[in-house]
Amino acid sequence: MTVPAPRTIVEKIWTDHVVTQDPGAPAVLAVDLHLIHEVTSPQAFSGLRARGIGVRRPSQTVATADHSIPTTDRSLPFVDAMALAQVNQLEANCAEFGIPLHGIGDPAQGIVHVIGPQLGLTQPGMTIVCGDSHTSTHGAFGALAFGIGTSEVEMVLATQTLLQRDPRTYEVRVDGRLTPGVSAKDIILALIARIGVGGGTGHVFEYTGGAIRGLTMEQRMTVCNMSIEGGARAGLIAPDDTTFEYLHGRPHAPAGASWDEALARWRTLPTDDGATYDRAITIDANTLEPMVTYGTNPGMGIPITSRVPSPADQADPGQRRALERALEYMDLRPGQPILGQKVDVVFVGSCTNGRISDLRLAASVLKDRHVADGVRLMVVPGSDEVKREAEREGLSEIFKAAGAEWREAGCSMCIAMNGDQLRPGQYAVSTSNRNFEGRQGRGGRTFLASPLTAAASAIAGVVADPRRLPGIETLAAVGGR
Amino acid sequence: MAAPFTVFSSRVIPLPAENVDTDQIVPARYLKVTDKAGLADALFRDRRFEEDGSLKDPRFILDRPEMTGRRILLVGDNFGAGSSREHAPWALTAWGIRAIVSTSYADIFRSNSLKNGVLPIVVDRSTHERLFALLAKDPDAELTIDLAEQGILLPDGSTIDFDIDPFAKRMILAGTDELAYLLSKEAQIGAWEAAHPPRIDSRAGAR
Repeated sequence: MTVPAPRTIVEKIWTDHVVTQDPGAPAVLAVDLHLIHEVTSPQAFSGLRARGIGVRRPSQTVATADHSIPTTDRSLPFVDAMALAQVNQLEANCAEFGIPLHGIGDPAQGIVHVIGPQLGLTQPGMTIVCGDSHTSTHGAFGALAFGIGTSEVEMVLATQTLLQRDPRTYEVRVDGRLTPGVSAKDIILALIARIGVGGGTGHVFEYTGGAIRGLTMEQRMTVCNMSIEGGARAGLIAPDDTTFEYLHGRPHAPAGASWDEALARWRTLPTDDGATYDRAITIDANTLEPMVTYGTNPGMGIPITSRVPSPADQADPGQRRALERALEYMDLRPGQPILGQKVDVVFVGSCTNGRISDLRLAASVLKDRHVADGVRLMVVPGSDEVKREAEREGLSEIFKAAGAEWREAGCSMCIAMNGDQLRPGQYAVSTSNRNFEGRQGRGGRTFLASPLTAAASAIAGVVADPRRLPGIETLAAVGGR
Repeated sequence: MAAPFTVFSSRVIPLPAENVDTDQIVPARYLKVTDKAGLADALFRDRRFEEDGSLKDPRFILDRPEMTGRRILLVGDNFGAGSSREHAPWALTAWGIRAIVSTSYADIFRSNSLKNGVLPIVVDRSTHERLFALLAKDPDAELTIDLAEQGILLPDGSTIDFDIDPFAKRMILAGTDELAYLLSKEAQIGAWEAAHPPRIDSRAGAR
């Protein structure tokens, strides 16, 4: 009798979903869940119409409007006619093809990567795609989830499949335990600082180790969300009791006998002992500090007590050039401490850090405090449900009392398509995922950081270390569901 | 669907920056379009234009008069990082780019480019340096790209070979697209679906 070779979770999900594969061709991979939004879908629907074909599986497709919608009072007009036309087109497309849409006014509306898990649509072992690179978020549940282009959105709408080459695997092992004031965001920023924004290209990350196991589902989503910023196509975490507890009872989660069957299936997913990865890296959580970026890609990050690196210290000419250009754009001096750097705007939100536990962390810092003079603090919940929950718990009152803007759910200033944006030259501490030039507004300068660091910086008016705030010891690093 | 990819020769636009992200290639505010046309002016928008729409001074490389009509872009490592926006290759195509040469590309950008008839050629580090050195010496050097032969012909008559996924090569050479291929797998997809009941019904929970 032969013993089956040990397999990673990625190999198991992959094998389960290969429909067929011609010699020399990529695999035809079945898609369990297709999420769509207003920005990357219009041309895909136009393509379907041009070919005279329909949507194969509307019941495995879910739409929301999130990228370009206003996060101010929803009765106010859109930032421009094009954004409105795009949302109207999404509504028309969903109506025509029978796709459920959680649009503005729907209680399930929100950022696509926040609502999937919230509704229980995101489940272990699934293949999940969306025309959005942060689809890797759903990997937190042990799903193979990745972003696709609009041509691929059209393919999935038409066939519920996609052509894919089998991915290589990359174990990201995070041992130890986070210290107070250090959070999931700091793990992922530290990883990307180590491997660079292209370090994971062609691979799927599997996050393992004690520090990952100790994270809540929402914290795991923060980690998986930014896998793409390390160049990985996807990132995932094998499901465990934390996963199952989160899922149980959610609207689309299996119930009754189906729950038991699903649970039995999900428990077979984790990577087998002895399975091997194409690459691996280990990070010690005990040594991590709050991280902050200083440059113009998410790999340009440092521990918050460090100094901005100097181009003169870069041996590689390409890296030296890149750092020079980044510091020029950011108007930072080589060797200056990042702590104390002036901040104009603080943004708490996005598919990275816009969930209820993120808002709780920010609120815990802001409670009975006030943002510094001249600082604009925007708090944008990741979904309408997160907004309602924050209001039930009184977090919104804490934010407002602290001088923050409490807004409606959407992508907002993470991508700055809807009018929520920096002015040229402004500095922002942002809990979002990208600090690219102009990402948060033309000429705007972004420091990526955790919700704790963002809130502490809003109070100080400069980049601030949340660990120095009185009371931070009580904010256990892995606290909150 | 892109036109079949044929042998062509062109001078080269050098852009020696690493990790150029798709937010640079097309800023997010240009993603509100509902078609694929008209993105040529959105390409590298904030590197090329002032806020009032006038050209920057000095001009970004694309807008230098001698770059007009060039169809090959030589770029630094990990080109196309970040967002999955297919608007990036749409804008490159609209401007006239047909091939890019780098040491590496972000996965989604690479995939999106192949679907739009933009060839992302990967060369090794020393070849990459050699090409930049060639352009430093002769900015008007012309390269010939032959996808069928998987070669770049240099002015001195030498050839640089490159690898490409054989399936992608077939598709881009023929100008056919992957959806047509997937649609031809209807029987297999149907059989798979019959054996694998859907994990969810998104319409069941519709409110």
